[in-house]
Order: sequence, then structure tokens, then C-alpha cells
Amino acid sequence: MTEVAATRAAAPVRSWLAALRRHGLWLVAALLFLGLPLVFRSGTALTMMSLMGIMIVFALSYNMLLGQTGLLSFGHAVYYGLGAFFVVHAMNAIIRAKLPIPLPAMPLIGGTAGLAFAVIFGSVSTRRGGTAFAMISLGLAELVESSSLILRGFFGGEEGITTNRTRLFRLFDWNFGPQIQVYYLIAGWCLISMIAIYAVTHTPFGRMCNAVRENPERIEFIGCSRTMVRFIAFCLAGFFAGIAGGLAAINFEIVNASYVGLQQSGIVLLAAYIGGIGHFIGPVLGAILVTYLQTMLSDVTEIWQLYFGLMFIAVVMFAPGGLAGLLMIHVPLVRARVLHLLMLPYALLLAASSIAGVGAIVIVELAHRLTVKATEGAGVRLFGISLEAESAWPWLVAVALVAGGGLLTRAAWPPATRALSDATAAAHWAERS
Amino acid sequence: MLELILISTLNGVLFGMLLFLMASGLTLIFSMMGVLNFAHASFYMLGAFFGFQISRYVGFWPALIVAPPLVGVVGALVERYGLRNVHRHGHVAEMLFTFGLAFVIEEIVQMIWGKAPVDYRIPALLDFTAFTVFSTNYPAYKLFMLVISIGIFIVLLAVLTRTRVGLIIRASLTHPNMVAMLGHNVPRVFMLVFGLGCALAAVAGVIAGPALVTQSNMAGLLGPILFVIVVIGGLGSLPGAFIASLLIGLIQTFAVSVNASLTDLIGTFGLTLDARSPLAELTNVTVAQIAPVIPYLLLVLILVLRPTGLFGTRET
Repeated sequence: MTEVAATRAAAPVRSWLAALRRHGLWLVAALLFLGLPLVFRSGTALTMMSLMGIMIVFALSYNMLLGQTGLLSFGHAVYYGLGAFFVVHAMNAIIRAKLPIPLPAMPLIGGTAGLAFAVIFGSVSTRRGGTAFAMISLGLAELVESSSLILRGFFGGEEGITTNRTRLFRLFDWNFGPQIQVYYLIAGWCLISMIAIYAVTHTPFGRMCNAVRENPERIEFIGCSRTMVRFIAFCLAGFFAGIAGGLAAINFEIVNASYVGLQQSGIVLLAAYIGGIGHFIGPVLGAILVTYLQTMLSDVTEIWQLYFGLMFIAVVMFAPGGLAGLLMIHVPLVRARVLHLLMLPYALLLAASSIAGVGAIVIVELAHRLTVKATEGAGVRLFGISLEAESAWPWLVAVALVAGGGLLTRAAWPPATRALSDATAAAHWAERS
Repeated sequence: MLELILISTLNGVLFGMLLFLMASGLTLIFSMMGVLNFAHASFYMLGAFFGFQISRYVGFWPALIVAPPLVGVVGALVERYGLRNVHRHGHVAEMLFTFGLAFVIEEIVQMIWGKAPVDYRIPALLDFTAFTVFSTNYPAYKLFMLVISIGIFIVLLAVLTRTRVGLIIRASLTHPNMVAMLGHNVPRVFMLVFGLGCALAAVAGVIAGPALVTQSNMAGLLGPILFVIVVIGGLGSLPGAFIASLLIGLIQTFAVSVNASLTDLIGTFGLTLDARSPLAELTNVTVAQIAPVIPYLLLVLILVLRPTGLFGTRET
């Protein structure tokens, strides 16, 4: 009798523990979102973290297409931008009519707008996958971008549409004037969107999306329509992109034609792919990295976009799994405690490729100084050393660094890959036994 | 009116032929490797800037001869050391590679030549008026562009259909494995075709540079239109690309010169719209204003009505 009573008492505790284990990661994420502003207090950090939150939602929504369903879109910013425009217009209308709708509800309007346009454009573009879908998405993006410059009433022309987020109906006396309040708004929506998108990937529908990505023909044989699956995935992605756009509109209080532009679509593609489209965490990592680089690199060098593009090409060529892919290869190695085997070959590879990288950066920066900024003199300060772009020595040293580093990288590459495969095999056997 | 039609037709055919110089390379590359080369317009831009730089030292005519092969070599190197390695990761990775490449080429061009337009001029030899229609002077350089692009079109057609090299290329398009069996190096054929396509785009760049504006955003302006042409014509179809190039060239040239709007059209039926209604913004847009949008509207229309494109055989 007492035993039964004891198990009965323990059952809720156990199920509660199981729930904690399953959802603990989200709890950690929530605590992280709450705690970050206490650690990084500066205004720059706060602004950057707000941008990261927006980008995470945007990149995750993009990955619902590229990573989950295998649809390569070059026009995802259309839904992001249109969401932002509708939010700005809605905010202005609400301010004018003095409606009791608080600011935190605004991203929903962006999401609805994104969804509505995804339904319209998706019905045309999702009939085919692959290259055709990519082309149509590009055509639609061009269509919207060109229209944004023609329809000046709605898109506001060059200067865009402005709003004031502090003049909406207030809840709990938050006026969303200070950046910290906006940060928490973005963080809240970011967390909700992350959980929702993650949940979608684990529904039967999410699995159908993966199936469409892997083998669209077999989907038809099991009685499902691949067009329908693509269409629904496209609409959901448009919805979350609209939410991200709404958050951006609230954060900047200004929306212009560049929001729907091809450049914005390109950046979200870069972010998702660099982070890794094969894992849920990939676009999150990519969004954080890309936002960080956008803010930080642009302070260090004027030609940061070139480095950005080169980094993207390097990822496409050498690490198609992205950052998350690279990290995930090493998870079983950490578990099997064989990671130390890789330390030396990795360190050698990193050292060799850094030498070549430094040389390449020096060449690019010297060339940049000589061509575009010739009027500012030939002196450059790189890595704390002053260099003269007009004398031959820095060039020779840089070329030697690139050549030497390149040769060393080539020598260090095979041992590193061999060590990785050896360690993976060892981890595999350790798991079996 | 007749003057407008005549001049617009000439300009439209000229623009269309220029577009075809690029679209032909893009189509050849696509039908061979199944890759839509996002960076194709970037090679056109490289052609224009190479032409500009070389013509500053040795003049326009040597530049016209030297620049395209140079760009062709760059293209072949990109295929050999970049694209071929990405090939095993699938088509999406290949497309993303060319996307990144377009991004990088634009940045490099900006780094070397700056963001402002460069002073790339029409050679003095061709800087005169060829003929005068009614009151419009037609420049000789435009006529020269027309002759060059039609000439290259004929040469390309002859090479592809009448020579042994063309035979191997056409065979590699459809039966790469069989061609390889017969002892031809198919990857090398691919590399050469890629280089040739880039060189053709560069020719377009060298001759279009002085007439249009040579600037670091010229690839971004033209790239999407090339894609529209290739899709409208039917992916992988050269005749389709030809017709679509002319079509887009003519449509764009004519649309720019039509200054009517929906409001005018409604007006001819004796109806008037309230100028303050939200619809007015849509109906007041003139055809000339939406000229840049027309190709994309056409693209959507074609894809809805005829997914294979005008002359395509496969579903895009």
C-alpha cells in the first residue's frame, strides 16, 4: 500500500522532470535572453543584440524554405519588407485613431501581411521546385523592388516611412522609448518564433517538408501533393519573415525600399547558409555571426563586404554544412572524449591558413589604399604595423605570406582530415562497445 | 510617330542583340552543366572594365580584341578551380557559389575602379552621326554595336552547327557520357564552353560600356533581366533565348517611350477617377514608369501559362 502511494506521489515529480529535460533548452534560452542585457550593458551591445534577435527570426524563417523544404529563394526579403511596411502604416493609423492596441502586438500585423503576400506569390511560385523556383523568386523580388520605387504613396520613395513607437497605447507603463525595452520586446518575439518554428519541424507536416526536399517524386506516390507541402511551407516562412520585418520596423522606426531589396534577401541567404542549413541551430549561429560582422567589420575596414563574400564562397566550397555542420561533426567526438587527438592537426591547419589569410588581407587592403583612397596617402596601418602601399616591400612580404601559407595549408590539410576520420571511427567504436 | 517607331525598333533590336550575346553564353552553360550562372552579368561587367582599362593604354580597338579572351580565361579558371569542386555538393551549392562570386566580383570592381561611373568613351573613329531620320541623329557607334553583335551571332551559329567543335559541344549537351566514351575530355569541353560564354558576355561589355554607363552596379542591373530571358525563351533553348532577347529588348525600348497610364485609358471611355482615391496611385502610373517591371511581369505570366518557356522542351 505504501509503495503504491509513494509511486503515485512521485509520478507528477517524474513527469515534471521529464518535461524539464525536454524543454530545458528553451528555459536556458529564455534565461539567456533575460540575462544578456545585464552582462553586456553598453548601448552598442544592446542595439546589436536587438538586431541579432530580428535576424535570428528572419534567418530561421528562411531556413524553413531552404533547409527544411529545399526551396532556394532569392526574394525572401519581400515578405520581411512588406511586413515592415504594413506594421509602420498600422502603427501610424493606430496613433491617429488612438486605438487601445499595444506595441507588442504589432509584429502580428507584420506576420499577417507576410502571410497574405506569401499566399499570393506562393500560389504562382511554388508549383515547381529547384532552379525554377529560385528564378521565380528572383523575378518576384525584382517586381516588388521596382514597384517600391514607383508606388511612392505606400513605400514612401527614397526617404521611406517613419513612425513613433512611443505614442502607442501603453501597457504597464512601458513606453518603449529606451532601447532596453525594445530589446525585451524583440527577445520575447524571437523566443516565441524560435519555439514555434522548432515545433513545426517536429510535426508530421515538418517531416513532409523534409521528404519533399529529399525526394519530391515519392511524395506523390504516397498520396500527398508536393505543391501543397511547398505552398504551406512557403506561407509559414512568409509569416515569420513578416514578424521579423515588424520587429525591424519597431526597432528602427523607419522603413524604406531597401527592406524589400535584393541585398536584404542576399544577406539572409548568406546568414542561413554560413550558419548551416542542415541543423536548426545553424541559422541562429549564422544570424548572430553575420550581424556581429556587419556591425564590427564595417568599423574596421571599408571593404568588409568583400571579406563577407569571400567567407561565403569559402563556406560553399569547403564546408557546405556551415558552422553548425562543422560543430555537429565534433559532438560525438566530445562525447567519446577523443577530441584531444584533433588538437594538434587542427592547430597546425589553423596557423597555416591564418598566415595565408593575413597575407591576403594585406594585399587587399594595400590595393584598396592605392586605388580608391589614393588621395589619402599611401600609409596604411594593418595589424598594428604601419605600411607604405607605394613601396615594394609590403607587397613582396604579403605575396610571400600568401604563397607560404597556401603551401603550408595544403600540407596541413590531409593530416587534419585523416585525424578527423580516425577520431570519428574511434568514437564510433567506443559507442558500440 | 513613324520616327519614334523606327528609332525605337532600331534601338530595341540593338539592345536585344546585346542581351542575346550574354543570354547565349548563359544558355549554353545551363544546358551543359545544369547551372544557372548567377555571375554571368558580372563577366559582362568585367568585360566593360577590362575594355576601359586596356583602351586607356592602347586604344579601343586592341581592347576589343584583348579584353574578351582575358575575361574568358578568368571564367575558365573559375570553372576549373571553383565550380568543378562545388559540383559534388549539388546544384543548389553551385548556384550559391556563382551567387557569392557575383557578390565578390562587384566588390572587387568597386575596390579597383570605385563606385562612380568611369570615363569610357566612344572611339573617335566612330564618333559621328551615321544617318538622320526625320530629325533624329542616329550615332554610328550604335550601328557598329549592331553589326558586331549580329556578326558574332552568325559566327556562333556557324561554329555550333557546321564545325566539328560545335558537334562535340552539342553532343556533350545531350549525351555527356557517350562523348566521354568516345575519348573526348568532357570536363575540358565544359571548361571551354564556360570560358567561351564568359568571353561572349565580355564582348557585350566592351562594346556596350561606352554607349551605356560603365559602373560597378551594371551587373546588378542586367543580371536579373538575363535570367528572365533564359526562362521566357525556355531553359536550355538557344533559339528561344534569341527570340526572348529581341522581345525583351523591343518591349523595354518601346515601353520607355509610351507615356500613357491606366487613367488615360479609362479617360478614353469617358470615365473619370477620383484623384484622391487610393487606387489613383496605381492607375496614374505611366507605361514608361513601369518599363523596368515589364520583363518580370512577363516572366510570371509565362511561368503561369507555359511553364516550359516559349521554346523549351523541359519543365523549368
